[in-house]
Amino acid sequence: MVECGPAPAQRPILEMHGITKRFPGVLALDGVDFSMRRGEVHALMGENGAGKSTLIKVLTGVYPRDAGEIVFDGQAIAPRSPLEAQHLGISTIYQEVNLVPHLSVAENIFLGRQPGRAWWIDWRAIHEKAGALLAGFGLRLDVGRSLASYPVAIQQMVAIARAVDISAKLLIMDEPTSSLDEGEVARLFDIIRTLKAKGVAVLFITHFLDQAFAIADRLTVLRNGALVGTYETAKLTRLELIGHMLGKDPAAVAAMEREKASPAAGAGKPLLEAKGLGRRGAVEPLDLTVREGEVLGLAGLLGSGRTEVARLLFGVDRATSGNVRVGGVAVKLRSPRAAVRLGIGFCPEDRKSDGILPDLSVRENIVLAVQRRLARCGIVSRARQLEVAEKFIRLLGIVVSGPEQPARTLSGGNQQKVILARWLAMSPRLLILDEPTRGIDVGAKAEVERLVEELSRDGMAVVFISSELEEVVRRSHRVAVLRDRRKVAELTGGEIDEQAIMHIIAGGEADA
Amino acid sequence: MRRALLFLNDLWRRFLKSRSFWPAGALVALLAFNLLFTKGFGVIEVRDGRLYGSAIDILHRGSIVMLLSVGMTLVIATAGIDLSVGSVMAMAGTVAALLLTSTPPHSAAAAGAVALAVALAAGLWNGVLVAFLRLQPIVATLILLVAGRGIAQLLSEGQRVRFNRPDFEFLGSGSWLGLPFTVFIVAFVVAATLLVTRKTTAGLTIEAVGSNERASRLSGIRPWLVKLLVYGFCGLCAGIAGLIYTADIKQGDPLRCGEYVELDAILAVVIGGTPFSGGRANVLGSILGALIMQTLTTTILTRGVPVEYTLVVKAVVVIAVCLLQSEQFRSILVGGASLPREKTRDGDVPPTMRTRDGDIPPTGGGAS
Amino acid sequence: MKLPFSQKHIPLLSTVGVCVLLYAVGAVRYDGFFSAQVFVNFFGDNSFLGIVTIGMTFVILSGGIDLSVGSVVALSSVLMAVQMQLWGVPPPVAMAVVLAAGTAFGLGMGSIVRWFGLPPFIVTLAGMFLARGLGFMLHIESIPIANPLYKAVTTWGLELPGARVPATALVFLAVVGVGIYLSTSTVFGRNVYAVGGGEEAALLMGVPVGRTKVLVYGLSGFCSALAGIVFTLYGSSGDPRAGLGMELDAIAAVVVGGTLLTGGVGYVVGTLVGVLIFGIIQTGITFENLNSWWTRVAIGLLLFLFILLQKLFARPGQRAAH
Repeated sequence: MVECGPAPAQRPILEMHGITKRFPGVLALDGVDFSMRRGEVHALMGENGAGKSTLIKVLTGVYPRDAGEIVFDGQAIAPRSPLEAQHLGISTIYQEVNLVPHLSVAENIFLGRQPGRAWWIDWRAIHEKAGALLAGFGLRLDVGRSLASYPVAIQQMVAIARAVDISAKLLIMDEPTSSLDEGEVARLFDIIRTLKAKGVAVLFITHFLDQAFAIADRLTVLRNGALVGTYETAKLTRLELIGHMLGKDPAAVAAMEREKASPAAGAGKPLLEAKGLGRRGAVEPLDLTVREGEVLGLAGLLGSGRTEVARLLFGVDRATSGNVRVGGVAVKLRSPRAAVRLGIGFCPEDRKSDGILPDLSVRENIVLAVQRRLARCGIVSRARQLEVAEKFIRLLGIVVSGPEQPARTLSGGNQQKVILARWLAMSPRLLILDEPTRGIDVGAKAEVERLVEELSRDGMAVVFISSELEEVVRRSHRVAVLRDRRKVAELTGGEIDEQAIMHIIAGGEADA
Repeated sequence: MRRALLFLNDLWRRFLKSRSFWPAGALVALLAFNLLFTKGFGVIEVRDGRLYGSAIDILHRGSIVMLLSVGMTLVIATAGIDLSVGSVMAMAGTVAALLLTSTPPHSAAAAGAVALAVALAAGLWNGVLVAFLRLQPIVATLILLVAGRGIAQLLSEGQRVRFNRPDFEFLGSGSWLGLPFTVFIVAFVVAATLLVTRKTTAGLTIEAVGSNERASRLSGIRPWLVKLLVYGFCGLCAGIAGLIYTADIKQGDPLRCGEYVELDAILAVVIGGTPFSGGRANVLGSILGALIMQTLTTTILTRGVPVEYTLVVKAVVVIAVCLLQSEQFRSILVGGASLPREKTRDGDVPPTMRTRDGDIPPTGGGAS
Repeated sequence: MKLPFSQKHIPLLSTVGVCVLLYAVGAVRYDGFFSAQVFVNFFGDNSFLGIVTIGMTFVILSGGIDLSVGSVVALSSVLMAVQMQLWGVPPPVAMAVVLAAGTAFGLGMGSIVRWFGLPPFIVTLAGMFLARGLGFMLHIESIPIANPLYKAVTTWGLELPGARVPATALVFLAVVGVGIYLSTSTVFGRNVYAVGGGEEAALLMGVPVGRTKVLVYGLSGFCSALAGIVFTLYGSSGDPRAGLGMELDAIAAVVVGGTLLTGGVGYVVGTLVGVLIFGIIQTGITFENLNSWWTRVAIGLLLFLFILLQKLFARPGQRAAH
């Protein structure tokens, strides 16, 4: 096929067409197209569950793709492992710098490819070369010191130096600035510009809008596994970007009822009142009140402190300031156990590491919190447990062959439902849901939303955290908007509006 | 009548599906082999109101490992391990012997009680190291393994403490209703443990801590308390085993008591189907595992094979069982799949590629 | 999160400090402690434990563990004795056979760990039983060795002013030297550190993780076999009961020597110091006319203190690896 496209130097270094990836129960990537030009800095953005990580994993060979093709530097590729991708010229710098911490800087740079004879190490050569390499990036380090003795920012740069030395043509950086301060971010950006000058393309995954605008030539936004669009940064406004990230998903909307939660239903007594609640480094002190029968939504981008607030409310992290009253009584949320005893439940965002007990059955996972209540005089009743398990399997539509099926064999969506069931079984007074609909198919999402509404009608208070802004808007009686780890606004009833919230997140009205 | 049959049928079906099925089958096979091919194996004679025979012998000699494996099962279920049980046995046995021979001599009950208290304290010590100091279980229990026997020797000044107290010796060599008393001790402990793990919330709680400690903490469980209790219980079981051993040989032997027995206990648990990585507690399986090992030993002896061969046989059995439990091995056997290549496993998310701070799930036992 | 330069050396430095302290106490307290011969005897008397410990260091550095070492020592010693006394094999050939067998045994265990994902604890535990049993099967009782070459080596010693250095000590020192070289200057040695210090990272960096794991157990098997040979030189016999409990002494010496049980951190030199501490404690206890069980208590206490120290100075990332 003759290409009358741009000259070879202008041809994209990476082209991904129609990439599709399915996991049991969920479509992680739906025909995504993505391309990168040589020497460009390209930001990949989207909320958790949007598919950014999956796209990268398909590109670097962690997952095989179900459909689509990848063309890299003019050749069709199908890497079977990150190591293979590296050999092809695609290197990744991970969020947790993925080097060996106790080995020296120089050694990390040359691990797996030491100069010298096959079995003997030429330390002098290693140290010299490492020093020279880092100097090319403007870094003067004692390369004999252990990597871990340097701050994360420096460790990252060592990782970048290694990748470049391995002749990376495309460098992927996965949330590289999460642990950096302003000065370190600036240095990192200098290095990225140096890479650009050397002709290395940089794929920069981030959730920090400002940084994306500062360093990237182009931006790609993913949402729910699909491509929203690719934009020139110079021609995009913040508001437009936020709109793309949180905006409407037509398919989902069409499948669901459009009901706004009635404000009158949310006027119960205050159940939980937090004043000045905060945690150093995680959440700036804020006030929050949740009323009986009310759904309080927490809106904000990734990194705004939503999950951190939830963890404070559930006693997972200890607050360093402020106090909490539950039912009018001052309490100390010292541990999840304390929170559970107060009638609070929590569905965590990361169900795999924080929620599911993989070796145990669905029944056991569901009754984990409620088993003591089901026991008669300390004797566990299997019949009662089965009753409860089956009730929620039916209610939530959990797809299992039976309640004794091991939880690890369930799809992500079904696992989420199991954890939801675990807390619903407790009939809590306050239920905190952190991204409850992530990774669930559209039909199940509607069920969960309806459930949340029913529960609040029955008097349960709900804190609803989601990056699906339309969900939050649709179901919440009140919405607290978070930005940069502080609460910047609170909207009630008729004020709740997607556009308004997006404005606030973008930095429009700022009130505490 | 019909209800009884239905109940039995349900029990049978539950057994078929349970994890104890294969160990039970293995044991039955072993016993059948012996009944058919070993002369006099199935013979049980009555002398002086006591039953004697190979089967009785197995139950009696295996009582120590059975006891230890009960405690060890719960510890392994929390993704931990206890290497110190042998030394705790020595400590308990020596303390009891010393109290029995002190001036004035203590009653058997008092000696036993104090010894058990010491064993419990030792177990709680391990629990504190694991639950509060967050030491790796191998490391934490290694300390007591090394020092415990030394402490026992210290107390007895290196001597073996002989005693002559029929009331105490009954524990180890007495009989009741024709069977050795040790059988009843084991039965009691097993029954109590099964009751607690199957019929109270403790069972699920213990397994939850081993399966996913973070998730169980987020569900209101106190992992530190669970760990403290299971290590304490394991120490207690070791204490009981130590009393039995000491009563049997009529002396407190700080050097020999419980030597290498921790390894047998661990193997019994592994054979019995409790995964080494935690998350499941199969007490019944461990008992069967202990019986299998003891039957193997007895089979070897009664067939005139030198006792040293038991070591080789144990090794082979353990590896075979573990291989069968290993998914990689089974997939090769069944599907002819090729051996895993040098790369991260398919479908498994390499922890470094998570975008949150990925905690590496706790693994028990040996770092791998 | 800056850390001071030598923080990673603290465990090693404290080990050396304890060693010097113990030695000083002994020198002051006992007459004759501070003599060259006593010092040399630390190396000679503990030579087989020491050799085993060097191999164990590599295994632990890679993040694994080897419980079979004591049994392989016994098996090796019996195999040596049987070959020379009963089958008339000349010593050099016998040694070659034993070394090959030990290495093969280790490689076998390592392969099972690597290919089938079984925990090293269990695999080497089974290995321990297997080796012990094989030793007994070869010969139930200990076999005295009456080989003239052996007699010559056993009575020989390097004459230094004030002390006679036996061959066993020299072998130990040689193994230490090789161990230090391997761990600091060879690709294999650095791979071991990488595998133990960050297995996923090492994999992604192109380190042959699987192969390294297998080789490390082979190395341990080799050391155990060598220790078995040294044992026969020391005691002029092969004994299937040798090395009972040695694996735990070895692990204790490695830990006290500053190597983390989680892997990736530690020095071979540290292990040498750990073995020295063993020797000092035992000698001190002999001098003090205390009974030998005090050794157990002392080692246990030391172990506890060192583990606490390791925990205190471990970086937060390691602390979370529980």
